[in-house]
Amino acid sequence: MLLSKKNKEAFFNPLSKDNPVLVQVLGICSTLAVTVSLKPAIVMGISVIAVLAFANVIISFMRKTIPPTIRIIVQLVVVAALVIIVQQVLTAYSYDVSKQLSVFIGLIITNCILMGRLEAFALNNRPWPAFLDGVGNGLGYAIILVIVAFFRELLGSGTLFDTQVIPQCFYDAGYSNNGLMILPPMALIVVACIVWVHRARNKDLQEENN
Amino acid sequence: MDKLKPTFHEGGKLAKLQSVYDGFETFLFTPNTTAKSGSHIHDNNDMKRTMSTVIVALIPCLLFAMYNTGLQHYIAIGQAGTGWFTMFIYGLLAMLPVIVVSYVVGLGIEFISAQIHHKEIQEGFLVTGILIPLIVPINTPLWMTAVATAFAVIFAKEVFGGTGMNIFNVALITRAFLFFSYPAEMSGDNAFVKLDSAFGMGSGTVVDGFSGATPLGQVATNVGPNLDGLNLDTWQAFLGTIPGSPGETSMIAILLGAAILLITGIASWRVMTSVFAGGIVMGFVAHAFATPTYPASMLDPLAQLCYGGFAFAAVFMATDPVTGARTRIGQYIYGFLIGVIAILIRVYNGGYPEGAMLAVLLMNAFAPLIDHCVVSFNIKRRQNRLKTNQQ
Repeated sequence: MLLSKKNKEAFFNPLSKDNPVLVQVLGICSTLAVTVSLKPAIVMGISVIAVLAFANVIISFMRKTIPPTIRIIVQLVVVAALVIIVQQVLTAYSYDVSKQLSVFIGLIITNCILMGRLEAFALNNRPWPAFLDGVGNGLGYAIILVIVAFFRELLGSGTLFDTQVIPQCFYDAGYSNNGLMILPPMALIVVACIVWVHRARNKDLQEENN
Repeated sequence: MDKLKPTFHEGGKLAKLQSVYDGFETFLFTPNTTAKSGSHIHDNNDMKRTMSTVIVALIPCLLFAMYNTGLQHYIAIGQAGTGWFTMFIYGLLAMLPVIVVSYVVGLGIEFISAQIHHKEIQEGFLVTGILIPLIVPINTPLWMTAVATAFAVIFAKEVFGGTGMNIFNVALITRAFLFFSYPAEMSGDNAFVKLDSAFGMGSGTVVDGFSGATPLGQVATNVGPNLDGLNLDTWQAFLGTIPGSPGETSMIAILLGAAILLITGIASWRVMTSVFAGGIVMGFVAHAFATPTYPASMLDPLAQLCYGGFAFAAVFMATDPVTGARTRIGQYIYGFLIGVIAILIRVYNGGYPEGAMLAVLLMNAFAPLIDHCVVSFNIKRRQNRLKTNQQ
């Protein structure tokens, strides 16, 4: 019951087949902004997982009492409250990262993945599947964030988690970091490459050629 | 060659290399097959011939680039009296590796991609491959050129569908990639003059106080109420004996290439002239409001055209028929805006001493929009005429 087929789908589909970034192309803005290095990307990923999972559960509990005409406002209030909690926790326990992420934690409120999941899933499902769906979608988003950040940090700064991984002798031999990787356009191209690989492996996702 | 042909066809032992064979055959001989459907205009100028003409037009620039690379090197090591032939050979040796890298990487990717998709090899890279060494500073490490070329061919061309389908000029994407990826190697005083020896030739120590900054680079960092202290010589810029990216320095060589392109009717004179017109207009506007805050605004408008990559971009980049506007009125607008934006960036953005590359890329993005507007405006005008005639 806890992990029925339907629940499994709610959790595992967003990881690859129905990935919010790769397939639904949601949440691109923050994918470009916070993926310069791994650390903020991971913190951002965890924050989104937490907010999305709890928002899904709360909205799912309230789904029968929310009047349809004001449901968006109710959803926004719930998400905003959760985001403020996450923001306060981050400022308290990892101040540096919260500085690096600046407005982007606050902007989780406007992340399309959240509103999308609340509208499409939480409003019509019981709390437990809604929780799984929230965690699944958050993870799907976080995975992409981490992959993009890995390549951007490695090629753009030569570091991973702020420690040097490309040996100094490479630099002495004439290698240098790719400055474009630090800039947002390259994040878009890295995401495009991931989409490319993903669709090449999942042929059923490829659109018909007209 | 015909004897070899069967081995490359389906089932032959070299079938895997069919596109390579095809590519070489049609490059060397005019193909004897013609399109079988629809109506086509007959002309023995196919795309390969067009590309070859552009390459011929680039030869003056290429030769002068080699000479000037040598000249700047020998000035730098304080042996300006060396004979012109030695300088040329030095430049040849310095530029050859870049040309080889650009062709090997670019054509390699094209061949592989053609083979994967079982298509003919497209000839588009022939021109791009020679443009890249001409616009990339001579001191750029070869691996960087290789990475940038690979990036440009894959992401600016192959993903859009290959030759004829690209939105942006591939050679300029190569340069833009280098410019934003490795700013330290791509600008400043040391990028544009080769100081070490090429294959053991022309070794020597650099003269004290030598600066390899380009004229525009000097202008951009100028402090003071005028540019008198800079020793700028427009005539030298016209001849091309100044530091800069190899192909862009000599106005004379570029004009020679422009003449070849215009006589053979390959490039659009509308684009070419309107780029220069836009540059002059913006040059005058900037000059009219010259301030020391933006040192480049104190340059003479006509001198603006001779410095930097402006002329090269106007003649060889803006006129690219694939990425530019195609309607006649569209070509005027497209060219004019390239000229205006190039000078605008050059004068008012301190971070970029030269704006021609960014201007062309920006207008590449807008070319389809311009065409669309021109066409729909024309349709509307004719519809209105029809209506008034009927009444």
